[in-house]
Amino acid sequence: MTAARKLELVCPAGTPAALHAAVEAGAHAVYCGFNDETNARNFPGLNFSREEMAEAIEFAHGRGAKVLVALNTFSRAGAFAQWSAAVDDCARFGADAVILADLGLLEDASRRHPRLRLHLSVQAAAANADAINFYVRSFGVKRVVLPRVLTVQEIAAINREIEAETEVFIFGGLCVMAEGRCSLSSYAAGKSPNMNGACSPASHVEYREEGGALVSRLGGFAIHRVAAGQPAPYPTLCKGVFEAGDYQGHVFEDPVSLDAAALIPQLAEAGVTALKIEGRQRSRAYTKAVVRNFRRALDDYAAGRPIAAGELRALTEGQQTTSGAYRKTWR
Amino acid sequence: MAAKTFILTLGPLQFNWPAQKIADFYAAIADEAPVDRVVIGELVCSKRAPFYADRIPAAVERLERGGKQVVLGSLALVTLERERRASRELFEQTEHEVEINDLTLMNWVRDETLFSIGPLVNVYNEVTLAFLAGRGARRFCLPPELPIASVDALAKAGQDRRLGVEVWAYGRIPLAVSGRCYHARAHGLSKDSCQFVCEKDPDGLPTRTLDGEDFLAINGIQTLSHKYANLIGRLDRLAEAGVTGLRLSPHTGDFVAVTKVFSDVSANRISAREGLALLRKANPERAFTDGFLFGDCGAASLSPF
Repeated sequence: MTAARKLELVCPAGTPAALHAAVEAGAHAVYCGFNDETNARNFPGLNFSREEMAEAIEFAHGRGAKVLVALNTFSRAGAFAQWSAAVDDCARFGADAVILADLGLLEDASRRHPRLRLHLSVQAAAANADAINFYVRSFGVKRVVLPRVLTVQEIAAINREIEAETEVFIFGGLCVMAEGRCSLSSYAAGKSPNMNGACSPASHVEYREEGGALVSRLGGFAIHRVAAGQPAPYPTLCKGVFEAGDYQGHVFEDPVSLDAAALIPQLAEAGVTALKIEGRQRSRAYTKAVVRNFRRALDDYAAGRPIAAGELRALTEGQQTTSGAYRKTWR
Repeated sequence: MAAKTFILTLGPLQFNWPAQKIADFYAAIADEAPVDRVVIGELVCSKRAPFYADRIPAAVERLERGGKQVVLGSLALVTLERERRASRELFEQTEHEVEINDLTLMNWVRDETLFSIGPLVNVYNEVTLAFLAGRGARRFCLPPELPIASVDALAKAGQDRRLGVEVWAYGRIPLAVSGRCYHARAHGLSKDSCQFVCEKDPDGLPTRTLDGEDFLAINGIQTLSHKYANLIGRLDRLAEAGVTGLRLSPHTGDFVAVTKVFSDVSANRISAREGLALLRKANPERAFTDGFLFGDCGAASLSPF
């Protein structure tokens, strides 16, 4: 194996302030979205106006960082023009890439903006070389964000078979279902990440004291129950506690978040180009701390130094962490 | 109102049924069910396929003798090497249309390929529909999550191109797929050492909230709704939208009877109200919904009609 490869650190920017913080903390690239349903983190108070986006791109470029704009929801029938116009704005503002999932939007963007770099969102759920090659051949996609269901060996095999770059999640919240293909949230609460850019939306969340317990509900369905006085977990649907046959517990996923820092060398050797930190809905302080930590880890790796154990434990907010699907036992 | 002419499609079996039960099921459908198309093929887990693969050729033959068009369905989530190979091999035959349930399969579509798009592929807008139509897709089963406004627009787009547009009309609704097997997990096992526990739940493993409220159903790597989609009361509205097909997804019980109810209501032989009463009587334990299309959320109760 040759000298350590240079990995790109791709960091979340939920707000202009977070974007500044991420860039200053050493992000090579930041990803963000407009404050509407064109991206899959469409939460109130989050994201960028058109003006803020233009300014952010100028700021980032001035510091040598790239801006990738997420337009990764599936355009609504009858409203395609809204998504198409968002692509136009990104091209106009000089975004370094747009991150897309919808076939129609990929087709539209590749045809009308042939010089605009297209990245394939994790919401396209392209989990093998054949799927990726379809997108590369059809639209000239240059990079794919890999679904969080692959082992390191599988990622290495994919990289051997495709022309595009790969980007993998290294830290943050975990989505256990094939992304972009999950209707759990719209089943319970009428809003989906695919259509509306919202999952387990706050508008449908309720915390109720019921007989000495605190129950977190989504769309009326009980998702968690804790003793009164304990902090009630946010009722993200797939992180809930349910009964399935004889089993009672976290049927879908434990309340863990991803921390694959220990796998940086293996991911690099597997041919990965970029590491992605999840967390556009996180605070500026969180973003700064996480980015700084990972930038240091990547610099250590690039210089051939051992990666120092970071201070990330405090940032996972007391949750346990997992290396997710990168190791095969997750399935 | 004039009789509605829907093409009735039997969707692929989502569950792990024993081989004999599968053979018997398709024989009954072939001989007695008033369906036009039957999609056959493993949708959920490639580990299941070897157990019944040898029954499929006979099932296909009998279905065709019964006047049904047979469509070969792909897996919903293609990851492993052998799954990629099996997906590619679906196209090595040209006799039967292939239903694509994972865009991986688009990698092998050529000009002459006969294929349609299944409900697990994200066709949310007219431009995506046009793109796939341009690649040769001949029919679309829309994602069950779509509201009626989107169905109106997409069915019209289909009509403009003379391509069939179908909606999920009966059966537990596929809500998610994963690389992880939840059936195995609920039994303390992993996907590799699953012992095929999913065969214990021929309609899915009921998953309830801590209140004891029915919520979801687990089926291997798939998560389904607890409630069964049932659009029997809304066929006029769907016909008005330009929808040309109804997908009926197999479950236990007298499924031929279910297909007959949909056929009879479509043809105005019985009213929608009578149809719903028959479906309720056949399976009184099933809760029905049309929430994605007509309600506030997918789990909403049946809208009044």
